[in-house]
Amino acid sequence: MPNVKPPARRVTTYKIVQGIIGVVLAGYLIWRLFVVFIANPSYGPDTWARFAIAGLILGSVYALVAIGYTLVYGILRMINFAHGDIMMIGAFGGYFVFEALKSIPTPTLADPELTFLNAHPVLSVIAAFIVGVSIAALSGYFLEKIAYRPLRGAPRLVPLISAIGASIFLENAAQLLFGAQRRDYANPIVLTRGEGWGIPIGGSNVILTYTGVLTVVISTLIMIALYLLVMRTRLGRSMRAVSENKQVAALMGIDVDGVISRTFIISGALAGAAGVMWGIHLGLVYHFVGFIPGIKAFTAAVLGGIGNIPGAMIGGLFLGLVESLGPAGLGINFQLKDVIAFGILVLVLIFRPTGIIGEVLTEEKV
Amino acid sequence: MAMLEVKDIHTYYGNIHALKGISLTVEQGEIVTLIGSNGAGKTTTLRSICGLQKPRTGSIQLNGEDLNSYKAHQIVSKGVAMVPEGRGIFARLTVAENLDLGAYTRNDRTAIQEDLERVFTIFPRLKERQRQVAGTLSGGEQQMLATGRALMTRPRLLLMDEPSMGLAPVLVEAIFDVIKAINKEGTTILLVEQNALMALSIAHRGYVIQTGQIVLQDTAANLKNNETVQKAYLGIE
Repeated sequence: MPNVKPPARRVTTYKIVQGIIGVVLAGYLIWRLFVVFIANPSYGPDTWARFAIAGLILGSVYALVAIGYTLVYGILRMINFAHGDIMMIGAFGGYFVFEALKSIPTPTLADPELTFLNAHPVLSVIAAFIVGVSIAALSGYFLEKIAYRPLRGAPRLVPLISAIGASIFLENAAQLLFGAQRRDYANPIVLTRGEGWGIPIGGSNVILTYTGVLTVVISTLIMIALYLLVMRTRLGRSMRAVSENKQVAALMGIDVDGVISRTFIISGALAGAAGVMWGIHLGLVYHFVGFIPGIKAFTAAVLGGIGNIPGAMIGGLFLGLVESLGPAGLGINFQLKDVIAFGILVLVLIFRPTGIIGEVLTEEKV
Repeated sequence: MAMLEVKDIHTYYGNIHALKGISLTVEQGEIVTLIGSNGAGKTTTLRSICGLQKPRTGSIQLNGEDLNSYKAHQIVSKGVAMVPEGRGIFARLTVAENLDLGAYTRNDRTAIQEDLERVFTIFPRLKERQRQVAGTLSGGEQQMLATGRALMTRPRLLLMDEPSMGLAPVLVEAIFDVIKAINKEGTTILLVEQNALMALSIAHRGYVIQTGQIVLQDTAANLKNNETVQKAYLGIE
């Protein structure tokens, strides 16, 4: 590690502006929190619980997508802006599986109208995940081959522009293939959106939806699996080696291009799973469905320190929660939730470009 | 047949003509050193051999097999390992993980375990620090790790780029002792060094390289006594 002395602390205009922004924001936060919680309490615990649950579900999807950004950044030092659109492709994969299974009649004596989708809901969901994940993984693989590999060694801005181009291409290709209408995700009846377990909180019934629980459980399992893959396996070790030093990795006999391809396959698979869950939980799929979650997940990855896998997980959950609890907590319009999310991106870039837990990790290393 | 035979290679960085026809041979069991000043092309020669910077023309043969058609990561399994300049350890990985990566291309578990024991015998310090993150090692320990990691590939030919760089004199001597020991055990070594005196004292033969060309080649003993070498590289007037 290079032993760089920190430059002497100088008060620059930038620092002053930073300070002013910080004080103003902190003041605003304290004032709003005071109004909402003490002066004029507007929500009961049941409402807060609903917000928190929604935030957790959203956050676990963001986390999955954010890991994809972070993995690719760790290895290629580039932001794969087409990542959100890979998620969209995964969502479409799951959608078409449900549509296909819905049209297979499997009549029984009790219910002559029964379709495969409702006769075998577990199998159907598994099939949707398998197809959504594979198709997204494949797209990730080809995305890298076509849009990024020819630019290896080009200045860093070039693949970034190519990424934005790939994103626009994928969105338009999807619109051309599937049309621009918003389609309804046809869940099996047991996974009907909005239904779930009721938990009595503060005198009312807070619903823990089946789709939400499915989303959180599956994301958690995937994240644990990914962490084990990166930390414990041969492939994971070679990925970490390539992310540190490609040339020396090659000297160890690691096929660097192969590792890069695999990284895109893994990050595509994660986005695909996130896309299917997005469809199952929120119920809508269209060519643009990956755009906003993609940028939110990018925010989450920056929040946790880009390149840092646990950081992306924590950043995703944090962003989901803040976005969900924020408008209520500040007592502002709920349509401003995106402003909160992207406001956080701006603030992180101003105050802590290395991410919230990025710096802690560097200290641990020493 | 020589173990390594480099014939008239020309290597470029973009438009910069870095190697202008380098030819050298390394025989089985030798330590051969490549000395020269900064920017002469020593490192580039090693990078050409291990495939990181492919020469545009010329041939590189290992035991008669042409290396030019292989990519860097394939050359490793041909038995060529490199300890890169500046050590190139993976700072965020543990010592044990770094050593494991050295054996990345190998599947023979028992032999890998044997080699690991051997590395720990040569560098007991690494055994103590197995679980430690490699970035926290001292410079000398990092050099040990880089060398140990290269040995884990079980190389027939070991390329070493400036192993003494940035090390305290005591450590330099220790590292050179290790190089001699590794060579005694049968590994052929091509050593690039700024510290020409040390390099010539353990090498069998040497090449002097200047602006991308070999200007002199001889046994190490003769080079040590050569007037131009003494003036230019040994600091003896």
